[in-house]
Amino acid sequence: MLYFTRWKALGIILTALIVCLCAVPNFFPEAQVKTWPAWAQRRLVLGLDLQGGSYLLLEVDSNYVKKERLDQVRDDVRRALRDAKIGFTGGVVVRNDAAEVRITKETDVQAALAKLRELSQPLGGLMGSSGQRDLEVSEAGGVIRLTVPQAAMLDRMRKTIEQSIQIVERRVNELGTVEPVIQRQGNDRILVQVPGLQDPTRLKKLLGETAKMEFRMVDTTVSPDQAQAGRLPPDSELLMSASPPPTPYVVKKQVLVAGGDLIDAQATFDQRTSEPVVSFKFNTSGARKFAQATQENVGLPFAIVLDNKVISAPRINEPITGGQGQISGSFTVQSANDLAILMRAGALPAPLTVVEERTVGPGLGQDSIEKGELAAYVGSILVIVFMLLTYRLFGVFANIAVAINVAMIFGLLSLLNATLTLPGIAGIVLTVGIAVDSNVLIYERIREELRGGRNAISAIDAGFKRALATILDSNITTFIAAAVLFYIGTGPVRGFAVTLGIGIITTVFTAFTMTRLIVAWWVRWKRPQSVPI
Amino acid sequence: MTHTVLIGLGVLIAILTVVAALGLLPSLRIVPDDTHFDFTRFRRISFPISAALSIVAITLFFTHGLNLGIDFKGGTLLEVRAKSGAADIAAMRTTLEGLRLGEIQLQQFGGPENVLIRVAEQPGGDKAQQDAVQKVRTALGDSIEYRRVEVLGPRVAGELLAYGMLGLMLAIVSILIYLWFRFEWQFALGAMIANVHDIVLTIGFMSISQVDFDLTSIAALLTILGYSLNDTVVIYDRIREMLRRYKKMPMPQLLNESINSTLSRSIITHFTVTLALLALLLFGGHAIHSFTAVMMFGVVLVGTYTSIFIAAPILIYLGVGEHREDAKDEAAPAKKSKA
Repeated sequence: MLYFTRWKALGIILTALIVCLCAVPNFFPEAQVKTWPAWAQRRLVLGLDLQGGSYLLLEVDSNYVKKERLDQVRDDVRRALRDAKIGFTGGVVVRNDAAEVRITKETDVQAALAKLRELSQPLGGLMGSSGQRDLEVSEAGGVIRLTVPQAAMLDRMRKTIEQSIQIVERRVNELGTVEPVIQRQGNDRILVQVPGLQDPTRLKKLLGETAKMEFRMVDTTVSPDQAQAGRLPPDSELLMSASPPPTPYVVKKQVLVAGGDLIDAQATFDQRTSEPVVSFKFNTSGARKFAQATQENVGLPFAIVLDNKVISAPRINEPITGGQGQISGSFTVQSANDLAILMRAGALPAPLTVVEERTVGPGLGQDSIEKGELAAYVGSILVIVFMLLTYRLFGVFANIAVAINVAMIFGLLSLLNATLTLPGIAGIVLTVGIAVDSNVLIYERIREELRGGRNAISAIDAGFKRALATILDSNITTFIAAAVLFYIGTGPVRGFAVTLGIGIITTVFTAFTMTRLIVAWWVRWKRPQSVPI
Repeated sequence: MTHTVLIGLGVLIAILTVVAALGLLPSLRIVPDDTHFDFTRFRRISFPISAALSIVAITLFFTHGLNLGIDFKGGTLLEVRAKSGAADIAAMRTTLEGLRLGEIQLQQFGGPENVLIRVAEQPGGDKAQQDAVQKVRTALGDSIEYRRVEVLGPRVAGELLAYGMLGLMLAIVSILIYLWFRFEWQFALGAMIANVHDIVLTIGFMSISQVDFDLTSIAALLTILGYSLNDTVVIYDRIREMLRRYKKMPMPQLLNESINSTLSRSIITHFTVTLALLALLLFGGHAIHSFTAVMMFGVVLVGTYTSIFIAAPILIYLGVGEHREDAKDEAAPAKKSKA
C-alpha cells in the first residue's frame, strides 16, 4: 500500500496537476481568456442565480398545432372533392380529432376515397421508410373520415418546435443580449436563458406574439358598423385595431402578401412627420405580388395585419413597385423597434406560453456570490483548524489533500464548462466537510491498528488497505444520490448535483492516490518508529 | 473588513500548520480511544422512540402538511428591495390588495429594506400567472429593485413535484440495488429501513418548522439520504469484516464492537460536516437557509443517530449472522422476541 513505482507516482502527480491547471482560466478576465487558444478557454460558467438574468420556459400550444393541421386537412378535402366534381353534403366537419365528410351519391364514394387517399403522404418525406403515412383515410356508411395518426402528430410537433426555436433565437438575438441559451426541453417546451436580463417583460412580449403578418385589402363595400350588425360579406372578416382605442375594420380574407416574403424591416423616423415608423422590404416574389396588388387598387385602403389585429390601414396613393414601404401607426420608438424585430425574425408556427419564469437581479446575484464565498472560506478554515488540532502532522497531510481536492473540483468543473450555482457552492463547502472523512477513516483505522499492536509502518499500511474499501463503498452511495439529483434537477439544484458528484470523484481519487503518496513519502523519509496521530 | 479577517485567519492556519507539523500540538481526542458502549442494548429504547417519532412525523405531515414552496405550488414570488431607506410594507400591501389577485403575503426578511411578496396561484392557467406578475410590477413601479422574480404555472409546479418524488424513490431503489450487490440482502433491507426512517423524520421536521418545501428541499433530502447511507455503509463494512473474522462472537457483542470501533470516525466526520454546514447556515445567506437547516437536522442529528442506533442493531432482527455455526444460539432468541 505504501510502495509506489516512480512512474505511478509521476502519473498521479501529473494527473492532479493537469486537472488543477484546468481551473487557471477562471482567474483571468474573460476578455483576456478569449485571446487564448480554444482548448484553454474552458471555464466555469456562473449560473443565473449568481450572475443575474432571466430563465423562461415556453410551451408550444399542442392543441393549436393539432387544430391547425385539421383545418388544413379540411381545406384540402374541400378542394380535392371540388376539383374532382364530387358532391358532398353538410360541408367538411372537424370533430373528434378528425375531418369528416358525407359524400352525397353512394356511387361517388369509391372515387372520393381514391381522391382523398392521394392527400396522404408518407411520413418523413422521401426518406420515410416506416411505411406510416401522415393521414389515415377510412369510410363508413358514406362518411369519409380522415384522422391524423399519433406518429404524424408527434412529427409535426417536432418540426413546430424546431421552427419555433429558430424564430425564438432570432428574436432573442435581436435584443442584443450576451450569450443567450435556447434549448428544446421535452416534447413541447423551449428553454430560454438570458444572462444579465433584469426585466423580462419586453422579452416575454416579443416571444408572446406569433407575429403572423399579412397585407390584405380593406373591404370598402360595407362599413364596419354594417358589418357589426351582421352584414359581413362571406369573404371578409371583422378585425380590431392593434392600438387603442379598439377600432373595427372590415378586411378581406384574401392575403395579398404574407410576412414570409419580407426580407428586411427597420425602425426609422418618417422624414416629414418625424414619427417612428417601420420600413420594410419584400423579396422579389413579394415585391411582384405587392406591385400588382397596389396597381389594381390605387385609391383604396389596404390593411397591415399582425396576429389578426390591424396595425394600420393606409390608402394606396400610387402603385408601389420597388418592393419597399413603410408602416406608420402611432408607434413609440420601442414599439416600432419591436415590430421591426418581429417582422425580421418571422412568424412563429404556433403560439408560445410562458409556463415558468425565474429572474434574478444583478444585485442579488452579487450578494449570493459574496455570501457563498464567505461561507466557503469560513467553512474551510473551521475544518482545516479542526483537522490540525485532531491529527497534527497527519492533519497537515489531510489539509494538503483537501486543498488539492478543491482545486481539482474547480479544474473539472471548468473542463466540463459546468455551471456554478449558489447550491453548487454549498456543494463544494459540503465536499470539504466530507473530503476529510476519507482521511478520518484512514487515520482512525491506523490508530486502531496501532492499538492492536502493529508497528508503525505495518499499521499505516493496514490502515490504508482496510479503509480504502470502505471509502469506495460509502462514496458510491452518495454518488448515486447525486446522479439522481442531476437527472431530475434543473438550474440551481442541478448545479448542486454537479459539484457534489464531481466532489465525490475527486475525493475518492485523492484518498486513493494523493493522501497515500504523501504518507508514503513521509514514511520513506522518516522511517518512523511511532506514528504521531 | 472581511478580507483582513480572512488574511488573519490564513496566517493563523499557517502558524498552526507549522506547529502541528513539528509535533508540538497536544492531540485533541473528541472520543476516547477505547470505548465499550453497549449500543445494541439501547435498541429496546431506541426502536420504540424511533417508531414513536416516526408516527409523530407522519401525523404532523398529515395534519400540518408541508409548506409547499412556489416550485411545487405554483404562483408568483417576488423578492424586492427599496431603493432607498426602509420598505413601506403597509403601503405595498394596500397597493397590492387593490389588484384583487387573491391571497398576497408580504414578509420582511434580512433587513428593513427587503420584502418577500408571494402571490397565490391565479385561476386560469399559465397566462393568468403572467398577467398577475405584470400587474404587480406595474403597481409597485420603479421605486424598488426587483431582486428575484419567480413565476410558475400550475402544470409545471405539479410536474416538478412529481419529478422530485420520483427522484427520491429512484435514489432509494438504486442505492438499495447497489447495497444488495455489495452486501447481503439483510444489509440492504436494514439500510433501507434506516433510510426511510431518516426521510420520515426529516419530513416531520420540515412540517413542524414550516420551512419552504421546494426543489432545494428535495436536494437536501437526497443529500441526507446519501450521507446517512455513507455512515451506515461504514458501519456495515466493519460488521461484515467482523463477521468474517470472529465466527464465535455473539451478534449483539459483534455489533457493539463494530459500532464502537467506528465511533470516533463517525463523531469526527459529523463534526467536520457540522462545521461546514454551520458556516453555510450563518454566512450563506437566506437563499440557501432552509436548505442548510434541513441538512443540519437530517445529516447531523438524524443521520448519526440512525446509523448507530437503528441501522446496525436492526441487523439482529433481520437474521444477519444466524448461519454462522456457533452463533445460532444467540441470534435465535432475539428473533423470537420480535415475533
